[in-house]
Amino acid sequence: MMSNPISVEGSTLFTTIKNAKEQLGFTLLLDITAVDNLNRSYPTPSRFELIYILRHETFKEVQLYKVAVLDEEVGVESVSSLFGSAEWAEREVYDQYGIHFQNHKMLKRLLNHNEFVGHPLRKDYEITKGQYCTTSQDLMDEMKPLLDARNLDMNKDDLMIVNLGPSHPASHGTIRTLAALDGETIVAGAAEIGYLHRGFEKSCENHNYNQIIPYTDRLNYCSALMNNIAFSKTVEEMLDVTLPDRGIFIRIILAELSRVIDHLVCLAAGLLDMGGQTNYWYLYNPRNDAYDFLSKLTGARLTNSYMRIGGMTHDLYDGWENDLNDILTKIDFGITESLKMITHNRIYNDRIQNVSPVSASQAIDYGFTGPNLRASGVAYDLRFTDPYYYYDTFDFNMVIGSVGDTYDRMMVRFDEMNESMKIIKQAMKRIPDGEINVSDKSIIMPDKSCVYGGIEGMMNQFKLVIDGVKVPEGEHYGAFEAANGELGFYIVSDGSGTPYKVKVRPPSFYHIAAYPKIIENYQVADAIMTLGSLNIIAGEMDR
Amino acid sequence: MDVSNTHMLDEAVVTTTIDTVINWGREASLWPFVFGTACCAIEFMSTAASRYDISRFGAEVLRFSPRHADLLVVAGTVSYKQAPILKQIYDQMPEPKWVIAVGACASTGGFYDNYTTLQGIDEIIPVDVYVAGCPPRPEAILDAVLDIQRQLKREPKFEVRNTEFKGKLDDV
Repeated sequence: MMSNPISVEGSTLFTTIKNAKEQLGFTLLLDITAVDNLNRSYPTPSRFELIYILRHETFKEVQLYKVAVLDEEVGVESVSSLFGSAEWAEREVYDQYGIHFQNHKMLKRLLNHNEFVGHPLRKDYEITKGQYCTTSQDLMDEMKPLLDARNLDMNKDDLMIVNLGPSHPASHGTIRTLAALDGETIVAGAAEIGYLHRGFEKSCENHNYNQIIPYTDRLNYCSALMNNIAFSKTVEEMLDVTLPDRGIFIRIILAELSRVIDHLVCLAAGLLDMGGQTNYWYLYNPRNDAYDFLSKLTGARLTNSYMRIGGMTHDLYDGWENDLNDILTKIDFGITESLKMITHNRIYNDRIQNVSPVSASQAIDYGFTGPNLRASGVAYDLRFTDPYYYYDTFDFNMVIGSVGDTYDRMMVRFDEMNESMKIIKQAMKRIPDGEINVSDKSIIMPDKSCVYGGIEGMMNQFKLVIDGVKVPEGEHYGAFEAANGELGFYIVSDGSGTPYKVKVRPPSFYHIAAYPKIIENYQVADAIMTLGSLNIIAGEMDR
Repeated sequence: MDVSNTHMLDEAVVTTTIDTVINWGREASLWPFVFGTACCAIEFMSTAASRYDISRFGAEVLRFSPRHADLLVVAGTVSYKQAPILKQIYDQMPEPKWVIAVGACASTGGFYDNYTTLQGIDEIIPVDVYVAGCPPRPEAILDAVLDIQRQLKREPKFEVRNTEFKGKLDDV
């Protein structure tokens, strides 16, 4: 199963996207990326192609639009006037590929530093060519237009600029925010990311499919297994294979457990920022117990690398049900105790209710997904709107907020943990016996006994290790409901065992893009809580 | 000698060097600054949480200003973009100071051998202890703290450490 992009002329791109949004109802711009055709084995009409990924307002359907960029210096018309999320998406494409976007308000580098020369995702940029950065930018080039637009002047209005991060205890990772303050109130904000840019996409182009799995672990390292599953699932869709039921159920159980521990760390850290240290212990300690279970199962606490294309490394161990039940009890205890302390706590409620609310239409415009979008009252959860892995057969609820403020974003996560635990309990009852991996010798490694015991098994193993899993030529966008929202992988295959291009659609990237806008008119202390509630994970934001 | 029996110390004279006394005090009162960037920072959170409890080794006073700290814990990947900030933080710390590189990325760049990742923080600042792992278990981080304690006990005299170190960002 591959995605079928609609080809569009560069000159009609803007009207096509506008039409898609206004007439066809594709209101959520998921991602914009490019492909460099330099190393293609066949002639292509242009070196660069742009891909626009849009989701329909019913959240069931995804449509890809493809544009050939005839001249990257001239580029194409920016769609940032149609979608708020396009602003940073286009900046990233400009940074990584050097494609220009006409009428973009602030087309400058996003992930790489300001002294960087060249565009690293171009095929002729050598992967190991690092460039030292000597100074950080002051970001005033972004702040100045914001102040001008509000008719504010640094001196006349007696404003103060406060810099938060990138190494700041409350920035939850390497995020830098610049805030212009009038008294205690933020009047304008700008954010800078890229401090944890680790070249995920370039590394993917240099490794075969199974070798990429450890890299996916480190995208959202708070729920590493989910990234494993999302990536494997996308490649399996391209291969047109489906896991046996036991494999699927193991994935469901581990994905939901990962969702729970991801939310646990988000809430623990968020409440710690507010001074609720007791909550931190109650929420963080059961997470440690979950790590014990995961390390017993996969060998690693945090970065598990448990999945493989077409299945996983091994089956669950004997007695896993008892361990998992024990953890669920402990997590439930932690959540209950924590909620007892905050539900009727005035400090908790007064500090975050009606802080930085995001309306439903704004959230869609910013490209929000996951708990942050649901907090704004939008019923979008891939497990409901486009169910995969038997999610439609489980009895659980979608948790929806009403106001979209910091309070809703946190409480949606609290309730989602309970829903995920419901799914785990049902899946534990329903999990069948049988195989965990697809039975295809071109995808799954043979048993050790076959590798050591016969020439066929040995050659099979050798070919899989050296060449990798060969994925048919084509392109595909696969989406997964991860802990922070829609985690998508857009993969282009040239038929070999190494992907031609991999693009991650990271939920956190779009949340942080909106962050400087939603903290305006609130105080610095509120901004810290808002950042905590958005749950920005630098690993997947910067990749 | 039973030190808890305090009256025995009434008349006692202890001879030692001033360095030994100060190093003995420093040993159990390291103040770490955590430069947490990625996955390793999550494992540092576990190290500080109650199960592993770094305060058993006297290093729980986590400082968020480098000017208060004497132990820099670099937990996570450091990119070229981040490098000048790490250097600035290191320079702001008062002497004597120690540095732990937690995990593969901080030690060598790890499996991010690419255009954006610094190939080990020792390219820009001196490192005292390297911790292997991706990420290391909390026990390994605790072991690194103990290693620093052993090292500083042997510190001969008060002077600025690592004066001969020349990092890639030192001359720019």
